[in-house]
Amino acid sequence: MDDSRPIFIQIAEQVENDIIDGALAENAQIPSINEFAAFHRINPATALKGVNRLVDTGIVVKRRGIGMFVMEGARARLMEQRRAEFAAQYVRPLILEARKLGIDVESLAELIRSERTEP
Amino acid sequence: MTDTAVQASGLTKRYGAFTAVDGVDFTIEPNRIYGLLGRNGAGKTTIMQMLTGQLFPDDGTLQVFGREPAEHADVLRKLCFIAESQRYPDMFTAADVFAAAPWFHENWDEAFATRLIADFRLPAKRRIKKLSRGQLSAVGVIVGLASRAPLTFFDEPYLGLDAVARHIFYDRLLEDYAENPRTIVLSTHLIDEVANLLEHVILIDQGRIILDRDAEEVRGSASTVAGPTAAIEAFVADRPVIGRQTLGGLASVTIDGRLDPADRQRAAELGLELAPVSLQQLIIHLTGDDLAASSEGEEAA
Repeated sequence: MDDSRPIFIQIAEQVENDIIDGALAENAQIPSINEFAAFHRINPATALKGVNRLVDTGIVVKRRGIGMFVMEGARARLMEQRRAEFAAQYVRPLILEARKLGIDVESLAELIRSERTEP
Repeated sequence: MTDTAVQASGLTKRYGAFTAVDGVDFTIEPNRIYGLLGRNGAGKTTIMQMLTGQLFPDDGTLQVFGREPAEHADVLRKLCFIAESQRYPDMFTAADVFAAAPWFHENWDEAFATRLIADFRLPAKRRIKKLSRGQLSAVGVIVGLASRAPLTFFDEPYLGLDAVARHIFYDRLLEDYAENPRTIVLSTHLIDEVANLLEHVILIDQGRIILDRDAEEVRGSASTVAGPTAAIEAFVADRPVIGRQTLGGLASVTIDGRLDPADRQRAAELGLELAPVSLQQLIIHLTGDDLAASSEGEEAA
């Protein structure tokens, strides 16, 4: 948990990350509000707000009396959303910092190629 | 059942010429965890003593579960107040305190108390006056938790408790609160440790409320910007400044108000570093007015 952003958003993002990297499969049950609260040592109302955000965006579905589950197709939608944000979140700051250090776009591309690790 | 746990309006307490609590208005909603924060002598304990019927207000109205708390046994039965240096009869052992607790607290859970005694490794058979400072605090914390009072006050509950014991307190508080929701008011100076447990924050300074907001709203509501003074001034412009430090041509300024992505990008383009302000730092900025005033003065000179 960092201090710069609301905790409920961080909770939602962690679940999203778990869905993207496959730790949480589609249709899998996610932890309960109280489990989130106990694990992160946060107020249960905050955990609830984070999970509700996932419900509102259609990533997670609540089944009354049973629990909360990852929606079918959630991973694909999250990937699409994250790709759309990728340039603004990662590429632009990278270019700004490179410019500050006098690294032009060509050298930057070269750096990325040389740093690239094969999967 | 009334909608609010506490409703205070114009609440005032004077000691001679000194006004300890100066016409405060606030509401405490049921089943939430509140942080009542502020510096020493800000008026936190006085407020809690009025809420628990230990002090009579000099002015204003106060309702706890829909009634004035003082001398109303049906209200007082619902309250539990753990004071900073809670006193017990000298001849009592910790076990005697726990045996007496259910006389005052109808929701007392003996099994929970027993578990807490083990968690805190409290020598329950030892006389209270032979306990260490931290063990004495543990007695108070156990009473506060196991009493499960609908409205529980912890006033600096953990003097002398080590970091492990404090975390046991936080964990048990959260677990038990999740299972048995109730209203909890936590007053402490260890703000960073409890910040994430709180749902709502009330900040008192010199007898007045200077902040009364949901903890989530407070989080990220201020940022520190650091970098060359000229760039800082351009970025800060007419934003509200709540703290300022300078070192040679560099400045570090804390501004109130949330930054949007466009602000963040502008800061990056100006070569400024942005850092979040924790609840504790924010409170230092908001209540350390003498420091802020003097550095503002230097700025003007």
